[in-house]
Amino acid sequence: MKRKSIAVVGAAETTELGKIPDTSQLMLHADAALNAMKDAGLTARDIDGIATAGDSPVEVAHYLGITPTWVDGTSVGGCSFMLHVRHAAAAINEGLCNTVLITHAESGRSRVGARRFSRDPASQAGQFEVPFGISGPPTIFTIPALRYMKQYGVTEEDLAHVAVVQREWAAQNPRATFRDPITVDDVLNSKMIAWPFRLLMCCLVTDGGGALILTSAERAKDFPQKPVYILGTGESCETPMLSQMEDFTSSKAFRVSGKKAFDEAGIKHGDVDHLMIYDAFAHLPVYGLEDLGFCDKGEGAAFIREGNTRPGGKLPLNTNGGGLSYMHSGMYGMYALQESIRQMRGIAPAQVPNAKISIAHGVGGMFAASGTIVFSNEAP
Amino acid sequence: MADYNRPLPLPTPETRHFWDGTKNGELRLQRCTACKESYFPPRPFCPNCGSRAVEVYKASGKATLYSYIINHRPRPDFGTEPHSIAVVTLAEGPRLMTNIVDCPQTPEALILDMPLEVTFEKASEDISLPKFRPAKG
Repeated sequence: MKRKSIAVVGAAETTELGKIPDTSQLMLHADAALNAMKDAGLTARDIDGIATAGDSPVEVAHYLGITPTWVDGTSVGGCSFMLHVRHAAAAINEGLCNTVLITHAESGRSRVGARRFSRDPASQAGQFEVPFGISGPPTIFTIPALRYMKQYGVTEEDLAHVAVVQREWAAQNPRATFRDPITVDDVLNSKMIAWPFRLLMCCLVTDGGGALILTSAERAKDFPQKPVYILGTGESCETPMLSQMEDFTSSKAFRVSGKKAFDEAGIKHGDVDHLMIYDAFAHLPVYGLEDLGFCDKGEGAAFIREGNTRPGGKLPLNTNGGGLSYMHSGMYGMYALQESIRQMRGIAPAQVPNAKISIAHGVGGMFAASGTIVFSNEAP
Repeated sequence: MADYNRPLPLPTPETRHFWDGTKNGELRLQRCTACKESYFPPRPFCPNCGSRAVEVYKASGKATLYSYIINHRPRPDFGTEPHSIAVVTLAEGPRLMTNIVDCPQTPEALILDMPLEVTFEKASEDISLPKFRPAKG
């Protein structure tokens, strides 16, 4: 895409985050969308493009009273919203629509009006993975880590540091679910989930949602909020079955998506002021730092342990507290995008001073897919 | 087997040979007759070069332990003790998910790269699952 041709002009999360037992998943979509439309000074009549994942964009559009000329139901897991941003940018530039609403909502904890998750026993995973006892992300997403740890001499303490540092960020965020400081010992003494992973190395399960509104950079100047421009985008996918990843120490989808976004943006790693890497589990930021090229192979964990990503560090990472401490309703990519937007607007609770370029990098499924968005707050 | 209550695979036409193999005590892979690539999971064409000229063959059953977790979350159908969920690298190259059996389910006993051999667990009249145990000798 053409750099800075598209901007985010509306962004909001659901009014509440965490435990929302009195609201259905569909209404969480609407709550986030209404908040984002208010943020942008728009109503549903102004929206002509709709995208969501998990749930149907048809359902969300009809519920909100939107009649779109562009619809995207790309649903590849938690990074789907990064892909929606990318697709929406192309669609707006192509003239397919003018103003796109992207929503995410999940009643992940309360399960009010939430879809049931099941795998068909005739699907590839249903035949070749499910029979061996996998039961959701904690017993799938974690499997590659031991190979990584052996290859690079990374320890359980190193993984614990990831959670400790992110809690430092969460402590500054009134909306974060967990804010009390934790130590490496706290993490290593928390309940065993799937060795070598303990509870505090795993993301939360909460209720919530978020929504974004995109339009052309030309129109963006007329909106009430400071526009956040899209500088570069990337997407890719690798495998529906974790066992079939090419290499358990690196995600091909991360590498392909990240490189595409950097190339499009025309930036170097040193230009990046703020970074979000979808952290469903403690090893994800380590893989992300390496696969995006911020660290050499095997050096991501030490980079975090040595304090580079903590408050005051040279590369602020997951500044909302991340999926480990902020919130995680099921498809966290939307919240990574929201934090990037807040940082670019200069309104984040843990604001990085003078941040001009932010990257939000997402994972979909269990290393199945990826999307990367580079944002800038400087006008074209 | 009578009280087997875990999820079972439902074979499709493209995977039937694999599950017929495990039922008969064979681990069957496919290989491209054009580029010689062995691959998994089953499909009637080569994912490397796209050729439909592929053959089914009996794999050696030898493998090494690539990575794993030990699940501590409740899975009553897998018993009350923590159990391994592993990915192994077959001698022929492809990887597959499995459980490591006939071995303590501990980090001390489950060592990455340890040699393994296939064994088959009968789950129903139609389905036997490929499991792996420490190689003998």
